[in-house]
Amino acid sequence: MTDASAVYLYGVARGLDPTALGDVAGVADAPVRCVEAGGLVALVSSVRLDEYGEEALRANLENLAWLEATARAHHAVVGRAARTAPTAPVRIATVYRDDDRVAQVLRRESERFGHALDRVTGRTEWGVKAYARAEEARAGEPDGSAAAVPAAAPPAETAAGGTGTAYLRRRQEQRRRREEAGRRLADRAQAIHAELDGQAVAARRHPPQDPRLSRRAGTLLLNMAYLVDDGDAERFLSVAREIDRRTPGIDVEVTGPWPPYSFIDVDEPSRSPGDGDR
Amino acid sequence: MTVALDTGPAAHPMERVALVDLLDRLLSGGVVISGDLVISIADVDLVHISLRALIMGIRDELLGEDGV
Repeated sequence: MTDASAVYLYGVARGLDPTALGDVAGVADAPVRCVEAGGLVALVSSVRLDEYGEEALRANLENLAWLEATARAHHAVVGRAARTAPTAPVRIATVYRDDDRVAQVLRRESERFGHALDRVTGRTEWGVKAYARAEEARAGEPDGSAAAVPAAAPPAETAAGGTGTAYLRRRQEQRRRREEAGRRLADRAQAIHAELDGQAVAARRHPPQDPRLSRRAGTLLLNMAYLVDDGDAERFLSVAREIDRRTPGIDVEVTGPWPPYSFIDVDEPSRSPGDGDR
Repeated sequence: MTVALDTGPAAHPMERVALVDLLDRLLSGGVVISGDLVISIADVDLVHISLRALIMGIRDELLGEDGV
């Protein structure tokens, strides 16, 4: 570790013209360059070990400002490349000793990257979230009106017993209605997903977002990514718009185009030439 | 429908992208490949520690707002 620097890898592209990157800045504002090997182009930049070495990374990943800056820089580089050539992003904070090591990895993993790139070539990721507006999520819940007490509740026989029974019934009824409303919303979310999925070549569910992070009112029903053929993108978007229009009480939010972060499925290096799992 | 489309100038791809949407993708997506230096931070760790950072960041922010 004489020079105390290392190489940060953003992603791997095929057929990328390096000039397409322009002057995009990488993490820590470093200039981005390309390493070519094995018929692939790796997007990299130099980083300092005191910021991106293992120990430093552990601390920095817990620092929101640092995490955000790194995530945005990573995304800016990958996004720029993905606009002009098929690009497979790699997981954030993947760091190598030097360019030669990156070239080695490209050669060693060329088949794996090739599969990933084949899958996303000519396709784009779109994000779709569906929110139930507050009044929709509460639908069925008693809102203080007398109707919340089921008609079946018998009139109070004695003051003490009657009040207790009525209270329990009311609680049970509330819970039942809430569960029913939840089920109804889940069904609607499933229907929305099915319709969008019909326009896509693949879909992936992201975990629900903490409302504190999304800063969004309403209940998140759906947090999906769809991989869509570029030729079908217009139709996909118009279907999303149409769903939004005809489902009052549910807001549909589309984000994109994204680099295909959510559709890099090759979890393991290809072990055998028999490609039976696809 | 809200659409956060990438219509900005080429120099600023998806500048307005929400951090939470970006982290959905960056922390659980992309090619997972062993680096030379950070081999012991597993995927799960990465997601976990980063989410903790997020929650703590938000809390700090809220506390800061309350303090004003």
